[in-house]
Amino acid sequence: MKEIRIIVCAKQIPDPEAPFSNVTVNVEKKEVIVDAPDVISPYDENALEAAIRIKEEVGGKITVLSLGRKVSDTVLRKTLAAGADALILIEDPAFERLDSNSVAYVLSRAIQKIGEYDLILTGRQAGDWDSGQVGLILAEMLGIPTISLARSIKVDDGRVLVEKTIPVGYEVVEAGLPALVTVSNEVGELRYVSRTRMMGLLKRPIPIPKWGSKDLVTDLEILKKVQLIELSPPPDMRRECAFIEGASPEDKADKLAAVFKEIG
Amino acid sequence: MNELLLLVESKEGLPDKTTLELIRGGSDLAKELGIDTSAVVVGHETPSLAESVASYGLKKIYRLEHPMLSGFQPDAWVGALEWLCRQIGPRIFLASHSFVGKEVAPRLACRLKTELTTDCIGLKIDPQDGLLIRTKPIYGGNAIAALKCAGLPQMVTVRKNIFEPMEPVDTRSELVDLVPDLDESIIKVRSLKIVPEEVVELDKAHVVISGGRGVVEKEDFDMLKALAAALNKSSGNVTMVGCSRPVVDKCWLSSDHQVGLTGSIIAPDIYVAVGISGAIQHLVGMIRSKKIIAINTDPGCNMFKVADYGVVEDYKVLIPALVKKLEE
Repeated sequence: MKEIRIIVCAKQIPDPEAPFSNVTVNVEKKEVIVDAPDVISPYDENALEAAIRIKEEVGGKITVLSLGRKVSDTVLRKTLAAGADALILIEDPAFERLDSNSVAYVLSRAIQKIGEYDLILTGRQAGDWDSGQVGLILAEMLGIPTISLARSIKVDDGRVLVEKTIPVGYEVVEAGLPALVTVSNEVGELRYVSRTRMMGLLKRPIPIPKWGSKDLVTDLEILKKVQLIELSPPPDMRRECAFIEGASPEDKADKLAAVFKEIG
Repeated sequence: MNELLLLVESKEGLPDKTTLELIRGGSDLAKELGIDTSAVVVGHETPSLAESVASYGLKKIYRLEHPMLSGFQPDAWVGALEWLCRQIGPRIFLASHSFVGKEVAPRLACRLKTELTTDCIGLKIDPQDGLLIRTKPIYGGNAIAALKCAGLPQMVTVRKNIFEPMEPVDTRSELVDLVPDLDESIIKVRSLKIVPEEVVELDKAHVVISGGRGVVEKEDFDMLKALAAALNKSSGNVTMVGCSRPVVDKCWLSSDHQVGLTGSIIAPDIYVAVGISGAIQHLVGMIRSKKIIAINTDPGCNMFKVADYGVVEDYKVLIPALVKKLEE
């Protein structure tokens, strides 16, 4: 079987696992400020893991495509260290704060520029705006089949076979290639990348193409920004915690059992 | 452009709870705009579902009937809904932020060249321009954004439990039977088989005991199951085991156990968080619990900030002792 060409769309975001006390909302500037390191959006990591497994099984090339601003080299080189073959960044001030349709449009232009591909993988949703639309819209724009919520993906004989999570279990579906699949976390987490491997990659100069609106010949007129009218902090979730103290774990267990009896 | 259209979803042949919620929310919006509310039932041989929806005070029920619409095949459903929207040109289109809505709405919005806002928790009309103001949590719930988009139809998916479910009324809706123009060529993804699995329905539990990243081994979930069994026996409450996202990522538990923004959003009587630090994504899923108990070795973790009771202790020691005590 011929080696397959996979494109993984991966976005850099502030770590969504950050504690809520590290997040502030600037109401006036309509900005969310997260005091946490940037990471690859978790479902996109799942998508990359799925891609690497396909490559291990049938051979192929993985290109990671990332649209964002000031993308951190360290974060994105992690994708190469994990097993991707190429990385392309899309950066342009004109692409900031785009709505989902416009993001999908810019990605579609980049994918057309990459040219030939068999499979596009995206996370089921990003961990910042949680919209869950870009992958599905991108497939519509490219006119290719789309399968969402994959928990496992196999490529075989010019088609993709997916176990898709559904509310009552899972569904086995198939589509001809090229196709787009959105990946869920049941696929499993991105493999561990050793620090030594990461450092090795960081030392070597790796050409990472950066494409902007001129390279992609995008029609800036049709790009729409998110019309954010208001941004507010969430309602306060804090409660007064009564700590159960005790001389020993057994003592604490006794007191906790009493709590269960009282409130249950 | 003078109607609000909402997508009906069903459970055991009747409109499901999220649909009844959409009917309530949609009817209020339509009233404000002075337009009609209608609903669309998609499927094959669905007259009884349409009949049932007809008792909820809507102006019209469109029944999109076609053999290709049997079951939920996204390609066919999107095609049929696109066909209907082109026929009637709704001003607003609402779907639930459900398995079906999440899949259909973005594709439909793209085809209709309009914009969609997903997972809305609030909807109102801007009196200046008549556009929908869509409120949705972003950054996992760390901020609430109010957005506006141009384009028709105005499209959103709505989170469950945002509106009260509609009650039946005396008037009947007009039923409009339609056969959409579909052919086999629109099916690009074929369903080979559906494999049912035993799934936990966490929203039916009185007590949920969840383990997180701090639970170090897969086998330790046996402890949580033993605690669930002991609590079930001692109090008679339905007690189930849940988890936070890292546990599903490790493939230790299936995703139906996941509590959080992309798992289940639940409000049990008691929620027990074991080894869960309290990332916002998780808190969104359980913060409406009546009582929250946190067990963690880190006294500074966020879960204690939202808990009613906290125990700073190693679960490996505490839980077996607790099970023993409950079984006495």
